[in-house]
Amino acid sequence: MSNASIKFSDVSVGDELPGLNVPLTPAVIVGGAIASRDFTPVHHDKSAAQGQGLNDVIMNILTTNGYVGRYVTDWAGPDAVVKEVSIRLGAPNMPGDTMKMSGTVVAASDGVVEVQVVGKNAWGNHVDGTVSVALKAGD
Amino acid sequence: MPLTKEQKQELEAKMREFVGKPIGAPDVGRDAVNEPMIRQWCDAMGDTNPAYLDPDAAASTVHGGLVAPPTMMQAWTMHGFDMAKGYDEPQDGQQHLHKLLGDHGYTGVVGTDTKQGYTRYLRPGDVVCAETVIESISEEKATHLGLGYFITTRTTFRDQDGEEVGWMTFRVLKYVPAERPAAAATDSGDGAAPAPPGRIRPPRGHDNAWWWDLVDQGTFPIQQCNGCKALHHPPRPMCNACRSMDMGWVEASGAGTLYSFTIIRHPQFPGYDFPVIAALVELEEGTRIVSSVIDCKPEDVKIGMKLSGFIHEDHDGFKLPMFRPARPAA
Ligand SMILES: [Zn+2]
Repeated sequence: MSNASIKFSDVSVGDELPGLNVPLTPAVIVGGAIASRDFTPVHHDKSAAQGQGLNDVIMNILTTNGYVGRYVTDWAGPDAVVKEVSIRLGAPNMPGDTMKMSGTVVAASDGVVEVQVVGKNAWGNHVDGTVSVALKAGD
Repeated sequence: MPLTKEQKQELEAKMREFVGKPIGAPDVGRDAVNEPMIRQWCDAMGDTNPAYLDPDAAASTVHGGLVAPPTMMQAWTMHGFDMAKGYDEPQDGQQHLHKLLGDHGYTGVVGTDTKQGYTRYLRPGDVVCAETVIESISEEKATHLGLGYFITTRTTFRDQDGEEVGWMTFRVLKYVPAERPAAAATDSGDGAAPAPPGRIRPPRGHDNAWWWDLVDQGTFPIQQCNGCKALHHPPRPMCNACRSMDMGWVEASGAGTLYSFTIIRHPQFPGYDFPVIAALVELEEGTRIVSSVIDCKPEDVKIGMKLSGFIHEDHDGFKLPMFRPARPAA
């Protein structure tokens, strides 16, 4: 990401964020689980996942949150202050797939913008939610 | 076997006893907020935000120095490697509640949604402590996974001074698993994800297979009675105007008008592009067809809008008529 940050006055409701494709390698899914200290077996052990009726290991919720937060701050820049992240989970993220992330500014007031974020894989929406982020005031 | 009414009342009474209570002693983070764990998180998330990684650059941001990614808040109090071993006995109130439900057949569990708020960003050296309360339990709900209860927990995160740094609500569904198709557990063998699902196929029977066969060839047919020339859709064996069973077809031009519509956002079945604009289209030839409108934002859909039909081909080769907004005549 660049070191430039978006200013509140630069943003309008309806603005679309640049898309981000996240390749769902085993490293992304297992690495995310470990980086978030979530060793629940379905996130790193394929046979445990299959024992629960899944085809393969699935991304854990902390990693999903991590990507949603990153997606918005990649756009907003290092001066952004994330206030809230609210997500609803759908189709699991599994190795071999790609999560396509998109976002739209749906509200902007008092220096805080609300971005609606969708992360979609081949099976449908893995995640949809909103991120509230405070931006620097414009000049 | 389903619970009797009395058994369910007894279960629900026991469940209610958990509501409003902490699940146990607060969880204190094993390690203080630290740069190596932040870097590992950023590596895994592909996050290159200098506010998390570069002390000099971070100093010149609104944060005034290195901070941890806000969405990492919960990671600081996770139990790590011990979670892989599993637990024979419930360790806290939440696990007792889950076991109570599991013992009554509600063995499935799935996280459905979560919300986090960040009162302040965490910095290296902060020690995070998490206190979790069972906030609410829903009435029993019928879901696509099975019958179940939504359990909402609320966690407050505090720092070494007892000040709140953030909060989280987390909802799980504890459910009686419905019978799953056996195919869900099969191993694709090569580690690849299963093929993306396709659209649910229409059954092709004696009365309509000819119509789909023409669509497969790229034609958009409308059934027409050879007796009285009335048009019908969907295809049928007998004309409801003249009772003739001598049926033919004409090719639709594709031009039509939106007669009615609904927008399907939830539940999201695999194989469809949501939101789906489900449309009843009045064809210029004079009959109506249920289809969908694509290449159109939901907010732009208007009854009476001009549509243009075409044969759409899915990724798996399945073909069907669809519509998009007609271009204004030049
Ligand atoms: Zn007829």
